[in-house]
Amino acid sequence: MPSRRLFLRSAGGLVLAAGGTWLEAQVHAAVPDPPGLASLPSGAVASGDLEAIPGKVPLIKRSWRPPNYETPLAYFAEEFTPNRAFFVRYHLASIPEIRADQWTLRVGGDAASTPFELNLEQLKHDFPAFELAAVNQCSGNRRGLFEPHVAGVEWGVGAMGNARWTGARLKDVLAKAGLRKDALEIAVDGADGPVMPATPDFQKSIPVWKALDDNTLIAYLMNGEPLPHWNGFPARLVVAGWTGTYWMKHVTSINAISKPFDNFWVKTAYRIPINRFPIVEHFASQMTDANEPITEMVVNSLITNVTPGQAVAVGRAFEVKGVAWDGGRGIASVDVSTDSGRSWRSAMLGADYGRFSFRSFSHMFTPIEQGTLVVMARASNRAGATQTMELIHNPAGYHHNVVQRIAVNAV
Amino acid sequence: MRPLLLTLTLAVALTAGYVLAQERRLGLKDGPGRAQVEAHCASCHSLDYVLMNSPFLDRSGWDGSVSKMIKVFGAPINAEDAKAIVDYLNANYGKS
Repeated sequence: MPSRRLFLRSAGGLVLAAGGTWLEAQVHAAVPDPPGLASLPSGAVASGDLEAIPGKVPLIKRSWRPPNYETPLAYFAEEFTPNRAFFVRYHLASIPEIRADQWTLRVGGDAASTPFELNLEQLKHDFPAFELAAVNQCSGNRRGLFEPHVAGVEWGVGAMGNARWTGARLKDVLAKAGLRKDALEIAVDGADGPVMPATPDFQKSIPVWKALDDNTLIAYLMNGEPLPHWNGFPARLVVAGWTGTYWMKHVTSINAISKPFDNFWVKTAYRIPINRFPIVEHFASQMTDANEPITEMVVNSLITNVTPGQAVAVGRAFEVKGVAWDGGRGIASVDVSTDSGRSWRSAMLGADYGRFSFRSFSHMFTPIEQGTLVVMARASNRAGATQTMELIHNPAGYHHNVVQRIAVNAV
Repeated sequence: MRPLLLTLTLAVALTAGYVLAQERRLGLKDGPGRAQVEAHCASCHSLDYVLMNSPFLDRSGWDGSVSKMIKVFGAPINAEDAKAIVDYLNANYGKS
């Protein structure tokens, strides 16, 4: 738990950073719109510089405070996103830097009979470690590409990343706390918090069945390294398949509760209209007649190597590459079209790192005559869901999985 | 985690230090209400949120955003300042 002293030291460190690396590492450059989708708001383009914060390569700055930084497209050419390029997303601007030897995690709640505390060493050594490849994607990834635009962090396509996460299973930690049968949800808090006392602290809950899933971890390694500060050091929740809002960073407390968690970030924020998206897993204890909490990610893909307007040679093979992912059913196929969607061919899928991971795809095609070609990729998952051609609008700007249309010139 | 109230003033002051250099680069458009925007909105978040969310919100959109900051996030802004802020945002960063 961060003490006042700890917080002040970290804030001091950031002050020093302001005079040094933070400023010097900036690279100011126009960031192009994501290819083949609608345009970002012009104000978001104007303020979306490439900037480096401590420990990160230059990322696309969406906001300084709280820090929201997006991964540039080039890093999605590989299945696993480097830690230094992994996107950063915070709701609230008070973010202590936690020292590993001072961190403790409290596990309890009214539906736990033997509450306890543990430190990082105990988390690592008292529970079996599991590794899992999983996509962490912000619920609002691609919000900036909504037409009409909706207010919020105006993300392009890079509020996501894929990593190998290592940690203890949440179910093992809950078992030690004596999880009772009346447990309904597991509520989680992290060390980051609001600037104003009246602002609702960012906390989340998940259904107890999701907490007991083998693929829900308290992770302390990311791609084999300690988590970067900006990605939740020293430990964060990994809720494989579900959007990033549940992946609580800098976790400080985990409570098993017997009633629906009453918190703005669960009850009001991060909601989607009922029955509008083809999802399998629902958060039943938080549903209303009108809306429900966002849960699993919808199936999606991203073409990573085609630039709008680029020249491709007639008679020469050209490769369309990218990554595809979904909420844990697993990618069944990716189809590629090079004629505006009139015909589709199955792309080759790359190595399978598990159903929660990015799955790479590749398709070769050879233009046979000069002119404009529109390149598209459409992923489908093993539950039969596929990407949409038209945006499914919703007030908060979630679940954008519209197929890209990238026009290239065959010459 | 909710920091103790006692730490908040200090925390805000120090946090302001590290972001100030960044945030000074962003000059919001001059006009009536800019001072209120800088005084109130920047207490909790950098003002690039304004630029990023432009220009697509109309007056009712900006009114909704400011109202959410007050009612949901507890921003201590009186009615007079809130109106000045909405007027400024709509005039300078509103839907064109």
